[in-house]
Amino acid sequence: MRVEGKLSHLKGVKWHEWAVRFVFGGACTVAAGLIAKHWGPVVGGLFLAFPAIFPAGASLIEQHEIEHKKRIGVDGTARGRAAASVDAAGASLACFGLVGFALVVWKGLPGHNAVCVIAGATAVWMAVSVALWVVRKSRWMHRRKKG
Amino acid sequence: MQELIRFLVGGVVVSGFAAISECFRPKSFAGLFGAAPSIALATLGLTVVHSGKMFAAVEARSMIFGAAAFVVYACLCSRVLMGKRLSALVVTVMLLPVWFGVSFGLMFLFRLFLSAGGGA
Repeated sequence: MRVEGKLSHLKGVKWHEWAVRFVFGGACTVAAGLIAKHWGPVVGGLFLAFPAIFPAGASLIEQHEIEHKKRIGVDGTARGRAAASVDAAGASLACFGLVGFALVVWKGLPGHNAVCVIAGATAVWMAVSVALWVVRKSRWMHRRKKG
Repeated sequence: MQELIRFLVGGVVVSGFAAISECFRPKSFAGLFGAAPSIALATLGLTVVHSGKMFAAVEARSMIFGAAAFVVYACLCSRVLMGKRLSALVVTVMLLPVWFGVSFGLMFLFRLFLSAGGGA
């Protein structure tokens, strides 16, 4: 399966969907900061991996699919939920990358340049996530061929 | 003022990852960006500046438990949504207590481990 990236896909996103993401993202970042300030870094750190924007994202994916099917006169409810399920499966793989990100920052930050450590940790997140996705896709394709 | 900066940086970073996610197909690949370290990226830089590297490092250590809880939460969401009985919003919000339970549970176990001398 080929990965395709096109900027034209952004045209389908409505302005209020960007607003929802911006507000949720901003609010969660503020909340994470306040929690760390009030209850300390041990509790606050948990919220750096809080799935804050995930419900909004999954809901928007479902809505897009439903609207897409509605345009051709088909009920897209089941299809929308399946699309959200696939998105969640992808997110579950990237969570392992998130563990890698946190490990690099935890171990690297005290003794190294903060910008380099955070940039390196982001690269680790990306590498782990994509590697797991490739492994999962190849296994899934292999099973389909056998079946 | 610091909270306003956090809000703006968080909003921009989260929207940025959402935009990257929208650009990619298939959906399973785009889904990777649903668990991007967006809040961490928006927070850690500011935390290093205001509270120091050690504070940020301790936060990152706890983030491991949060991320492990996110794995459990996202897998459960995917499984339940596959059943197609409930809407995405209902499922993802209904399962949020799972994230709280697993992350705080792991943190509690880690603290027990440390107090028992495991960190020495």
